[in-house]
Amino acid sequence: MLTALLIMLGLALLLGVMLGFSALKFKVEGDPLIARIDAILPQTQCGQCGYPGCKPYATAIAKGEADINQCPPGGDAGVRALADLLGVEYKPLNAEHGLPKPKSVAVIDENLCIGCTLCIQACPVDAILGAAKHMHTVIASECTGCELCVAPCPVDCIRMEPIAETPANWKWRYPVFEIRPEETVTRKSAA
Amino acid sequence: MNAIVNISRLFRSGTTRSGLFSFKGGVHPPEHKLESTASPIRPVAVPQRLVLPLRQHVGNIAKLQVAVGDHVRKGQLLAKADGQVSAAVHAPTSGTIVSVEKQLIPHPSGLPDVSITLEADGRDEWIPHAALDYRAMSKQELLEHLREAGVVGLGGATFPSHIKLREDARHPVRTLIINGAECEPYITCDDMLMRERATEIVRGIEIMCYLLDAEVCLIGIEDNKPQAIESMRKAVADSAVAMQVVAVPTIYPGGGAKQLIKVLTGKEVPSGRLPNEIGVQCFNVATAYSIQRVVNHGEPVISRIVTVTGNVANPGNYEVLLGMSISELVGLAGGKAEDGRLIMGGPMMGFNLPAADVPVVKATNCIIVSSPGMFAEPAPPLPCIRCTRCAEVCPVNLQPQELYWFSRAQNLEKAREYNIFDCIECGCCSYVCPSHIPLVQYYRYAKSEIIAQDRAKEAADIARERNEFRLMRIEREKQERAQKHAQKAAGARADAGADSAAEAAKKAAIAAAIERAKAQKAEIAAKNTDNLTTEAAADIAAIEQRRARQAAALEQATTESTTKEAE
Repeated sequence: MLTALLIMLGLALLLGVMLGFSALKFKVEGDPLIARIDAILPQTQCGQCGYPGCKPYATAIAKGEADINQCPPGGDAGVRALADLLGVEYKPLNAEHGLPKPKSVAVIDENLCIGCTLCIQACPVDAILGAAKHMHTVIASECTGCELCVAPCPVDCIRMEPIAETPANWKWRYPVFEIRPEETVTRKSAA
Repeated sequence: MNAIVNISRLFRSGTTRSGLFSFKGGVHPPEHKLESTASPIRPVAVPQRLVLPLRQHVGNIAKLQVAVGDHVRKGQLLAKADGQVSAAVHAPTSGTIVSVEKQLIPHPSGLPDVSITLEADGRDEWIPHAALDYRAMSKQELLEHLREAGVVGLGGATFPSHIKLREDARHPVRTLIINGAECEPYITCDDMLMRERATEIVRGIEIMCYLLDAEVCLIGIEDNKPQAIESMRKAVADSAVAMQVVAVPTIYPGGGAKQLIKVLTGKEVPSGRLPNEIGVQCFNVATAYSIQRVVNHGEPVISRIVTVTGNVANPGNYEVLLGMSISELVGLAGGKAEDGRLIMGGPMMGFNLPAADVPVVKATNCIIVSSPGMFAEPAPPLPCIRCTRCAEVCPVNLQPQELYWFSRAQNLEKAREYNIFDCIECGCCSYVCPSHIPLVQYYRYAKSEIIAQDRAKEAADIARERNEFRLMRIEREKQERAQKHAQKAAGARADAGADSAAEAAKKAAIAAAIERAKAQKAEIAAKNTDNLTTEAAADIAAIEQRRARQAAALEQATTESTTKEAE
């Protein structure tokens, strides 16, 4: 009886020490859930979800403060991926936060730009180059198409241009076939 | 059951009687090669107008080197290679650049791309060019020449050859394989090239051997081309470099690089790897020929041999300048170039040209002019019955029926897991499918979708990084500003104490400066004091005395004021 008790006690102590040790040794920095949600979000940093960027939105989702259908750039696929990750029911995008648009980049009309730097301050990914009283320009390859630079411009010289399809970024279409009823009919009659 | 199938496959993939190996699967579609091999390669006159797309190869688009209105000569560089994975574009004849704009290119997308239009002047004048003594050059120099000459794989993949010919210390190339299999129906351009220009091909192979230091060189030709095998064997016999012509069994897709490697060496290229990682490198015969033109004649890649076949009066092979309009070429062969009736490449892997008036590019190996009866309209696809005939013919050991389900359901992750990127899009699966499902179209869709997703993911990662850096920068700037403010505030408080000391130092400096000025003044003696009269001398003495008095008084005043202030 006593031996059994001692063994159990000894085991409990040993396992306790091991657990305590591993808790210290393999400590996870930050919340992995936030990082995993953030990895699904498109990183447009547009703020359409109502949060000041993708990471804050991810944090809000992880805390249960925000819904999963508030990200228009992520689109339907994004909502599905989030629903999959969090084990919740899929729901269609909330139209209050905007509708998905084709991916675009900002273009500055350099003839109109007055060099006010307001757009530079608005850009969440530092994709606008320029200095005070000097012309600004968008680094197209870094632009996420968030549209945050459009509103602050006092002379309305920024417009959004959808990314054009070129042979380099062209994608094969999903195969679609016409249904030819007359053929089906002849086959049936032949049978 | 599966185990039995696998074991039987193992036996089947063993050596055959000829000492060759075989790959799994493959089909035997009707060859249709005789139509275009009846006559020798026909040269084509220089056309009036040439259109040269800047992207005729895999990799970065070439960088434009000429402007509209420039007069260029044959062989002149029009656009140079941008980075390592890129190839240059040259003028196929002399003439004037009339435009640089987006024009339709032979691409399945049917989208326009940047192209140079060259109006020929009819003189066909060469730039100065000469043969290179490649044995006297370093390999690096020779590779640079090939890069500048725009040499790409002419089998259809158009991958820049200089990269494949680089010596890699990690993966030394032991076996060089020259691909003359030409397995796809209708295409005969390599066959005719080997029949007529075997010696030149062999010269090119010698250069490749020199670059790669390969121990073994094998030339694989399908046994349905006896004349090509004959003429290549003759040329090889005269060569100083050891190489061997091997007749391989005719089966589609036996000309795929990985399939030919398997047949000739028995080695299988692992999934997702390149042949050079198992010590093998594979080139098309036409690539060897173009390397020979570059090195032994100094001619960049400006022409290629194109098979024009199908519904034309004179099917055959034509030596065409790059940039010639395909509709013009079809007209020369006695055919009618209608939009939507032209196929570039073979019937298995080719694609419908978006329009008839697109240029011949480095990848154009064959143009098939189809007629309504030639290729049956695809029957409407029926449901997959899971017969796995596709899996039996797949030359890369995939499960096409599974890939079909995943691609159809847009379950892209699963498709990737089932190695969709090993698919060479040979079309064997669609060819045998009893339900007429266009399987390859589904795979192409899934592949390009996965590639686009990966690119978007990469872009998102960069955006995240940039956003995080920006937030960090803003935070840092805020802190720096706060620090500066704090410093300023602290400075104001300390000012009271620090002031007097600083002031004293300043005063001392001023005093020292005055002292220096005085010393300078004393040093400067008046120049008009020589040979004076006694009266003048007396006057001067009196003035000097007065000045000395004044100076003494001034000095006393200064010291007094300094001491007062210091107090």
